Formats: sequence, structure tokens, C-alpha cells
Amino acid sequence: MATRMISRRGVPVQPRSRFELYAWLFMRISGLVLIFMAVFHFLYMHFYLQVDHIDFNVIASRWQNPLWRLYDFLLLVFGFTHGMNGARVVAEDYVPRMARRGVVAILVLVYLVFVFMGAWIIFTFRTP
Amino acid sequence: MREIYTYRGGPGMIAWALHRLAGLGVILFLALHIFDIFLMQFGPETFNQLLFLYKHPLFRLMEIFLLFGLLYHALNGLRVILLDLFPATARFQVQLWYVQMVIFAAAFIPLAVLMGIPIVRELFAV
Repeated sequence: MATRMISRRGVPVQPRSRFELYAWLFMRISGLVLIFMAVFHFLYMHFYLQVDHIDFNVIASRWQNPLWRLYDFLLLVFGFTHGMNGARVVAEDYVPRMARRGVVAILVLVYLVFVFMGAWIIFTFRTP
Repeated sequence: MREIYTYRGGPGMIAWALHRLAGLGVILFLALHIFDIFLMQFGPETFNQLLFLYKHPLFRLMEIFLLFGLLYHALNGLRVILLDLFPATARFQVQLWYVQMVIFAAAFIPLAVLMGIPIVRELFAV
């Protein structure tokens, strides 16, 4: 939430980098996008395609349309970036100071690996 | 974790704690979901074999929790954005949360029932 850092004398503290500002802004923008994209994805997959009917062929035929690949890619990037940044914020609140940097580094690593895995399959998948 | 129950409390606190819990739940599922879709790589046999997980009643019950987390996080996030853009609305943030929960219930309960019926059918063979 929008909080300005105030020093004890009541003077606003100038943060060392603007990273947190951009992270905050990103959470709002991606959040708005995800309300539509993620909820639609859930309802479409669950109620329209139906989970018990989804299998390899259903996904393969869906990916024959490049627009679905683009949709899935955007959902992957927005969703996972939003989620992992959220996890970072939670970790910074609760992880003891000495372990904090290590935990954040692990989160960054997990983030990069999973985005790569997802993007890889979305873009390299060929219908057999 | 202690902050969750030692902070000042009240509806705002519950709204915030639920937001975090729901977010963490959704991100855990998302990681699993990226992993399972990555298995498309290994062809239909491997991929379809692993789908038994998603068809299991316990997993389908978890899916109702996923919808809970997704909808709650979406609506509460919308309220947070509103509060950020228009700080004057902070005076009504608790009332806004009640409105939000009414909308949440109206969307979640029917969908959860729709999702729950097949699970009950399968478990009790009715």
C-alpha cells in the first residue's frame, strides 16, 4: 500500500533506488490485467473446456492458434512475475535479516527457471 | 508470523492477511501448473499419465480453494488499488471490504457448488 518512508524527524527519506516504486506500480498494473486474464483462464479451462476433458490433445489443438500461445505467454509472465514479487515482499517481512538475501536470491532463481520452462514449452511446442 | 495475530487486528487486518495467504496459495499452484505444462515436452503418454493428479477428488477439492484464492485476491487487490488511487476512500475501507465480500460470495458460492457436485457424485457414486 502507498506508504512514504518518513524519518524520525518527519523528513521523507529518499530511497536509494526506484526499484520498489516500479515494483509497486507493476503490482497494480499487472494485478488489473490479471483480474481479467487469470480469472478468464480459470473459468474457460474449468467450465468451458472442463478439467476432466483436458489432455495432451486438447492443449495441442489449442496451441495451434498462435493467439492462445501469446495469451498463455502473457499470463505466464504477468502472473508469475506478480506472484513471485509478492512472495519476495512476504519473505522480506518474515525472513530473519541474516537469511533474507539468500531467500530472495533463491526466489529470483526459481522465478527465472520457471518463466524459462513455461516460455520454452509455449514457444517450442510442435504438434506431433 | 506473529504479526498476523498481534497487530492491531480488525477487518482490515483479516483482509490483508487473507490477501497474502491467497496470493501465496495461488503462486504455489502456478509453479506446479508451469511444471505440469512443461511436461507437454515429453509427448502425450507421459503428459496424460500425470493428469490422473488433476482428476483426483482431493485435487479437485483443492481447485475450489484455488478459485477461492483467485477471486478473493482479485477483488481485494481491486480494493487496494482503489485505496491507493483515491486515498480519501480509506475512511470507508472496512465498509468497502464488506461490499467486496458480498460480491465475492455471490461469485464464489455458485461456482464452488458447480465444482463440488461432480466431486460428491464421484465420491459417493450418486
